[in-house]
Amino acid sequence: MIYKRVTLLCGHYGSGKTNVAVNMAYDLKSQYADVVIADLDIVNPYFRTKDSKDDLEQRGITLISSEYAGTNVDIPAMPQQMYMITDNKNLHAVIDVGGDDRGALALGRIAPAIMEENDYEMLFVINCFRPLTRDAESTLEVMREIEDACKIKFTAIVNNSNLGNETKMEDVLNSLPYADEVSRLTGLPVKCTCIYSALYEEAKEKIENLFPLNLQRKIN
Amino acid sequence: MADKVLMKGNEAIAEAAIQAGCRHYFGYPITPQTEIAAYMAKRMPKIGGCFLQAESEVAAINMVYGVASTGYRVMTSSSSPGISLKSEGLSYLAGADLPALVINVQRGGPGLGGIQPSQSDYYQATKAGGHGDFRMLVLAPASVQEMADLTVKGFDLADKYRMTSMILADGTMGQMMEPVSLDYEASKPVEKPWATTGTKMEREHNIVNSLFLQPDELEKSNNERFERYKYIEENEAMYEEYMMDDAEICITAFGIASRVAKNAIVEARKKGIKVGMIRPITLWPFPNKPFEKTIGKIKTYISVELSMGQMIDDVKLATKCNGEYVLCNRVGGMIPSPEEVLAAIEKANGGNK
Repeated sequence: MIYKRVTLLCGHYGSGKTNVAVNMAYDLKSQYADVVIADLDIVNPYFRTKDSKDDLEQRGITLISSEYAGTNVDIPAMPQQMYMITDNKNLHAVIDVGGDDRGALALGRIAPAIMEENDYEMLFVINCFRPLTRDAESTLEVMREIEDACKIKFTAIVNNSNLGNETKMEDVLNSLPYADEVSRLTGLPVKCTCIYSALYEEAKEKIENLFPLNLQRKIN
Repeated sequence: MADKVLMKGNEAIAEAAIQAGCRHYFGYPITPQTEIAAYMAKRMPKIGGCFLQAESEVAAINMVYGVASTGYRVMTSSSSPGISLKSEGLSYLAGADLPALVINVQRGGPGLGGIQPSQSDYYQATKAGGHGDFRMLVLAPASVQEMADLTVKGFDLADKYRMTSMILADGTMGQMMEPVSLDYEASKPVEKPWATTGTKMEREHNIVNSLFLQPDELEKSNNERFERYKYIEENEAMYEEYMMDDAEICITAFGIASRVAKNAIVEARKKGIKVGMIRPITLWPFPNKPFEKTIGKIKTYISVELSMGQMIDDVKLATKCNGEYVLCNRVGGMIPSPEEVLAAIEKANGGNK
């Protein structure tokens, strides 16, 4: 896929931002030498970008994460190295922002520098199988709350509609009209539709701008 | 839209509670269960319900007492340290025979402990929820779907027996996401002639209270309550048996530990080891019957727990101390890996072959 220097991922919590972020970092690394992924999540106590730490390190991707992520320190801390994203313009960065407006608030700290440089994409990750974003209207409500909180307007949509391990081809196909409706109402393009890599070959004929996802390790 | 949705365990509890007719939620935030309160805060105002963030856990459980007295379905949720704060209220609810639903999404302890998952409140939930002689119905979900299903079941049982149901989950169950189908029939209103709904000058006053002025009357109320408990023990125990037909080694585990154990059992079976699992779904009443059947057939019981070994005591009691008992555990927020459980199985089977 084609990326700007900074790729921001926001969305309703549970929309799958972290998974998409990790996979985009892998994709970026195949195109650029210096890639960082930043976990700016100040909401979730478990299931963090840091869970993919070993895999990211092996691939030579720099992980920026609060040293408290995955520990017992229950405070919404921001990683101090996050300023390297806006300071070092040679980097390509994926920023995984926490869920909802509360999570997006954290982005406000570096939003002015990102907008001033103006080499970014602000992606809205959507999943129609989440109970509070099941239709385009409710999804838009979440979108506006996030934009209000972080002060950056979205530039495109990532359709990550999925039912976890049980996602079938038809579920992804059924989500396309939903993504199109969100696109129509917002005027934003759908940058890609995500699909588990196991379904990728079968789907690539049927869906345009398909992005294959490998799942982070999870509990069965 | 699809029938199934992707939900966090905590959200599934909240949505299921709403579908079960709960319109009153009182709580105080604590990781890793805060999504329950967050979901209620978003949904309750839209459906004419009441979400209230109380000033403390103690306040929240007493608000539960108040609403329960009026006969409405009511719930609160917290995590381990918060449940300790609620324990006085749990005892008062029991003493007044009030139905309520209490959620404990456990984290590591004791004390402030940590925010990572744990099952170390088993004793507290099943044996010592507060002072005095009383029990709570304790339900232990092992999937996001069960988080929802047992929430509805918990309300039904609470109303049926006029007592507290507790969902004893753990941080992983609360935070993990799985597809769920939430489609519960509108629950039938249960007759609650004891509720304090106003006499309209047509009946005697209903009094909800746990104070007895005469000791013999207090004794009588305790005895009556325990008659009810006896009936529940005989009729409401729930469990799942997994590959137990020819098993010589029996794993016991609930919640997240049972998920890990299942993976280990599949691997052990590939190596020809005859191992199965009894997964209690109700922790009180403890499902004694499936364990009684194993006496003489099972040589080793392996209890997989995220505690220093609490449920293992009930396994010993249920099997009348026949056989060997092995604890396979991690604590403090750590989860046993399938490899660790498999190693325990292989050791019980006489070492690696």
